[in-house]
Amino acid sequence: MPEVVTFYLLAGLAVVASALVIGQRNPMYSVLLLIVSFAALAGLYIQLDAPFVAVAQIIIYAGAIMVLFLFVVMLLNAPQEDAAEWDRTHPLRRPGIARFGAALAGVLILQLAYALMRVNELEAPVGSQTGGAAVSSVRELGRVLFDRHAFAFEATSVLILVAMVGAVVLARREGQS
Amino acid sequence: MIPLHHYLIVSAILFAIGTAGVFLRRNLITILLSIEIMLNAVNLTFVAFGRYRGDVDGQIITFFVMTVAAAEAAVGLALIIALFRHRESLNPDAFTSLKW
Repeated sequence: MPEVVTFYLLAGLAVVASALVIGQRNPMYSVLLLIVSFAALAGLYIQLDAPFVAVAQIIIYAGAIMVLFLFVVMLLNAPQEDAAEWDRTHPLRRPGIARFGAALAGVLILQLAYALMRVNELEAPVGSQTGGAAVSSVRELGRVLFDRHAFAFEATSVLILVAMVGAVVLARREGQS
Repeated sequence: MIPLHHYLIVSAILFAIGTAGVFLRRNLITILLSIEIMLNAVNLTFVAFGRYRGDVDGQIITFFVMTVAAAEAAVGLALIIALFRHRESLNPDAFTSLKW
């Protein structure tokens, strides 16, 4: 059962690291812990026969996006979260409203658990339905991406161009042209 | 072999953690990180269902989600830098007026 052990190890690592991301007051630690969570998710992708997605996850998320976050955290140099007075006196912090919200969250969790318990086909192991069809083939992935999804792919390039121009305009100092 | 709903439960837990982060944290950078956690939870669902159905569409849409996440991070961080220049704060409650 090495497969099951690996799954629970990686899933537990991802969940614990993500929970710690939320728990940190210093955003620097949050960014570094999120890289751990993304690496664990990449391991889960490899288990799901998606090695190319796993590599893209490491290169794009852990490599590019998280470095961008680290740069901004160091650039702004405001590590500690400031808890001001109007933060503690926020209207949503009143105990009655907080308890009502907690009750709604509990109801939502019960509903989701009930719905997941009622679906029986999900008990079957992932991948047993297709007899191990080649979903891990990068060649097949590229063929589908540039054939059926060619328009979406081209639209993505426009999206990235717009995001790049927008980021440059937004981060520019006022008064410069 | 791992049943599909184990992946779905892991994904649901990650998404819940991300949602809790958006609501609980008082730091714009941590809020953006929580959004990244939510996007990754959805990616895991897509890849697991793609493996379940035996086609590559789940992986294809994961690439598009990653691209959108990269664009969102770039624009979001630029907005954070612009806001920090004005207010010297990363607390989202400090930015309550649309114009100053």
